[in-house]
Amino acid sequence: MENLVLIQNLAIVVLAGFTGFLVISKVPNTLHTPLMSATNAIHGIVVLGAVLVLGMGVGDDVVSGIILFVAVVFGAINVVGGFVVTDRMLGMFKQKPGTSSKGKADK
Amino acid sequence: MSWIHHEVFINTLYIISFSLMIYGLMKLTGPQTAVRGNWIAAIGMTLAFVATLLKDEMGENWLLIIAGLVVGAAVGVPAALKVKMTAMPQMVALFNGVGGGAVALIAWAEFRNTDGYAHEPKYMAIASLFAALVGSVSFWGSNVAFGKLQEILPGKPITLGKLQQPVNVLVLLGAVACGVAIAVGADSEWLMVGLLVLAALVGLFVVLPIGGADMPVVISMLNAATGLSAAAMGLALNNTALIVAGMLVGASGSILTNLMAKAMNRSIPAIVAGGFGGGGGSAGGAGGGETRPVQSTSAADAAIQMAYASNVVVVPGYGMAVAQAQHAVKEMAELLEAKGVQVSYAIHPVAGRMPGHMNVLLAEADVPYEQLKEMDEINSQFAQTDVSLVIGANDVTNPAAETNPNSPIYGMPVLKVNQSKSVIVLKRSMSSGFAGIDNELFYDSKTAMLFGDAKASVSEIVEELKQL
Repeated sequence: MENLVLIQNLAIVVLAGFTGFLVISKVPNTLHTPLMSATNAIHGIVVLGAVLVLGMGVGDDVVSGIILFVAVVFGAINVVGGFVVTDRMLGMFKQKPGTSSKGKADK
Repeated sequence: MSWIHHEVFINTLYIISFSLMIYGLMKLTGPQTAVRGNWIAAIGMTLAFVATLLKDEMGENWLLIIAGLVVGAAVGVPAALKVKMTAMPQMVALFNGVGGGAVALIAWAEFRNTDGYAHEPKYMAIASLFAALVGSVSFWGSNVAFGKLQEILPGKPITLGKLQQPVNVLVLLGAVACGVAIAVGADSEWLMVGLLVLAALVGLFVVLPIGGADMPVVISMLNAATGLSAAAMGLALNNTALIVAGMLVGASGSILTNLMAKAMNRSIPAIVAGGFGGGGGSAGGAGGGETRPVQSTSAADAAIQMAYASNVVVVPGYGMAVAQAQHAVKEMAELLEAKGVQVSYAIHPVAGRMPGHMNVLLAEADVPYEQLKEMDEINSQFAQTDVSLVIGANDVTNPAAETNPNSPIYGMPVLKVNQSKSVIVLKRSMSSGFAGIDNELFYDSKTAMLFGDAKASVSEIVEELKQL
């Protein structure tokens, strides 16, 4: 049973890896920084892991509690900060058509 | 309402959530849809988070969890809102690092909670140990990268010389040995701490010797590493959302790492083994260049030259980012366009300190998307270009990469700026670039140097243009 779970999860690993390759190969050079920062935010999903392990309880183990608390903080910084900064960056790319046509109108 | 806590329901939510993340990433392929894509991915993330909170096992430490989230958000959001676009590489490095750090810490706590994985299946132990190792490497490596980009640490490579590689390998083997010992049944916590510390040293030793110019590769690589460690943690926790998200990031980081390494014509192992530190450093010291004459020009002359050209190609580099000259550059381009000059921008894939760095800065200054040309597209046009204006770029314009087989950057694809009819180079001084190599372009008879801070120089040109 355990091995079955492992095999199923490994299948997900492989498929997700290929999906990632296919999807991300299409992103143009121009958007590489936002891409990187968006994927950065996505690996912030580790915050789930931290919350889950903490939520399952660490008993009286203060040290584990501290370790996991820091992990939650780190994960939250990663995920929240990552999405916000990506949004800011992409916002600048988006305004472009409007401003460029305005620039032409000025001429 | 017991079904809401059921594994089937929760895993269904996970499937929806990672579908949203993939869909969001698909939208990142165009600047128009990318903003929405980012939010779709964020919604996916939120959903995965909610699903996790619904899990049956969840029941303790709510206060600690909420406090952690609040503190994290309180640190992350203001940082993300305030960071300057020029400082984006270090911000990304930092966010990347904390992600890796979180993974390593979770693995450590897992070790403690399970008495050294005593009752867990072997593969869970192995996945968790792998996550700990890679996460710790990524955390410390990213922090060094942050330090270098923020100029807290010197940007030049710091190495142990010839000992570097044997030491790196030994330390890595030590970390792996700790992991193996735990996996086969040892349950001393010192082994786990040893693994984390040795992995931390690997992160420090690998990134410290890497020079600033190699940063785009390093940041992409660390990004991939954190992704893979998250995926491994997903295996250890049997959590589909973590596996998929981690693998997506791992794939994206690997693609970018490859692209960046290719754009520098360097193999990834060569970069990891140490920047241009070895041979390149001494080549940079060659004093030959200092005595060679260069032509310098003034802002007024540069302005006239460009105003009477029919087309100008701007070649931005890290120097533009450091000087934060992007807005001045945009203003200059507008003035030139008003005089009927056609302006475009030549973007080298590794210009700056992270993939796409120049594009972000120019986007911040509202430079139209269509004017940004990638290397392959613009290289065929340099021969018809009247004036190339190089702003704080160096190695990516060095013709030696094509002509001099002895050059450390020989074979690296470069922007063929030297083919244009004339070249103006804005540069702070005659010091060599991060690669420490003399740039033939600067001594070309077609080239005129305009020394000074890039922003100050461009602003002067703007003033001159206004008076023309």
